[in-house]
Amino acid sequence: MGFLKKFARLFRSRAAIRQLPVGSLTMNRDGQVITSTVSSMYPKSLLDEIGRAVLALFGEARAAQLPLAEVNIHFGSLLVTARELRGGTIIFLQPQSALSQPPT
Amino acid sequence: METPHKILILDDDADWLELCREIFAQLPSKPEIRTATSSSRALGMLDSESFRLLICDLKMPRMDGLQVLSVVRRRFPGLRTIVLSGLEDEEFRSRAYALGVDLFWLKSDMQQNSKMFLDCIESLLGRDSDGGFRGIQSKGLMDIIQMECLSRSSTVLRITRGPLIAKLWFQEGELFDAEVEGARGEAAFRRILAWRSGSFENLPAEPDRERTITKPINALLLESAQAMDENANPGTETQFFAASHRETTWKLSLLAREGAEFVISIPPEGLGEPEVFGIQASDHLAAWARNSLEIARRLGEKIEAGPLSHLVANGMEKQLTVLSHSKKSYLVGWPPAADTNQLFEQTKKLVASWDS
Repeated sequence: MGFLKKFARLFRSRAAIRQLPVGSLTMNRDGQVITSTVSSMYPKSLLDEIGRAVLALFGEARAAQLPLAEVNIHFGSLLVTARELRGGTIIFLQPQSALSQPPT
Repeated sequence: METPHKILILDDDADWLELCREIFAQLPSKPEIRTATSSSRALGMLDSESFRLLICDLKMPRMDGLQVLSVVRRRFPGLRTIVLSGLEDEEFRSRAYALGVDLFWLKSDMQQNSKMFLDCIESLLGRDSDGGFRGIQSKGLMDIIQMECLSRSSTVLRITRGPLIAKLWFQEGELFDAEVEGARGEAAFRRILAWRSGSFENLPAEPDRERTITKPINALLLESAQAMDENANPGTETQFFAASHRETTWKLSLLAREGAEFVISIPPEGLGEPEVFGIQASDHLAAWARNSLEIARRLGEKIEAGPLSHLVANGMEKQLTVLSHSKKSYLVGWPPAADTNQLFEQTKKLVASWDS
């Protein structure tokens, strides 16, 4: 039995639950994170992705002659609020549940 | 002597439970009222005692109402269920009905219209002794209306299609009145019949309702079917222009009523041109909406944040909402002073009407 248990431990699924990011971050116009209050456990590569996507959204709006001050992206379980800061951006990340009330 | 029915009320607010006790004490059948402030306690009580009706809140800590209802449906299929919630979002109504609840009421409506609410409860409590079958089925609206008329029912049929709500009043099998999106009478009835899908519930009859429809139901159904057929397959040029004019007028009135500045309906790339109302130069806006949705969708997949619901963007001159609905994307422009918290609900309503 002990022999089998060793194998079971070896092949046990290591799929981990990744928590959703909570907090805020600021990013300059070059896409570099300047400050962040998001947990350091959250992968930096994904924070960069969020920042890049937000900058791309503001960039698309400028290209369409549509200057925007704020963009809110509502996902099923996360609300991303981004405010434009002279080419850079400040981003707020708030996890949501089905019964979350919209932020006021 | 017949034992009174038992009702279990589940809500995490003890004061609300007290209020419910007082209100339900007015029920003519004098049922026994039991309460629970947590889902686990309620499930325990349902296991140990026999109840006729469960009245359940949705927003509760640990285990919410929708979770309780899905457990209840499996374990106690004969139990009648009512959702009594403060959440006005129509999505919760649809989700609750999809779980097979008998009735969904808002707490505010219950307080304002407690007599009708009590009538509904009394009717649910007595329904088993009256006989009849219960189940979930999908029927066309015309079939449902004809059934109400043939059975000479007196009832109010409440029909929901996403955020849109319509009502039809029947009195002894005759259609008395119809109401939807600010329209009443025959115009409202024709509008409701054009809906392709939705859900319905029966509310107690309102015999005092003013009659606005006098035509026989068969004539109305025939006319509506004919009009829908002409809209779908315009035979002559005149019919085509008349149908197109009716549609344009309807869409512009929707825009005005919701307070939106413009709507752009964008088909998937390569499948036609965007349909635009209320604005002229729209190509750049349509391209922005399409690209933005794509960027957001890709981001959602990467960070595993769930499906994209919608985007809201604020500029100096306008506010914009972007969402996808039935394979199309919709961009709706709102004045800067519009209430940001209401934009999504208003957009959903507009898009649902647009698409119906």
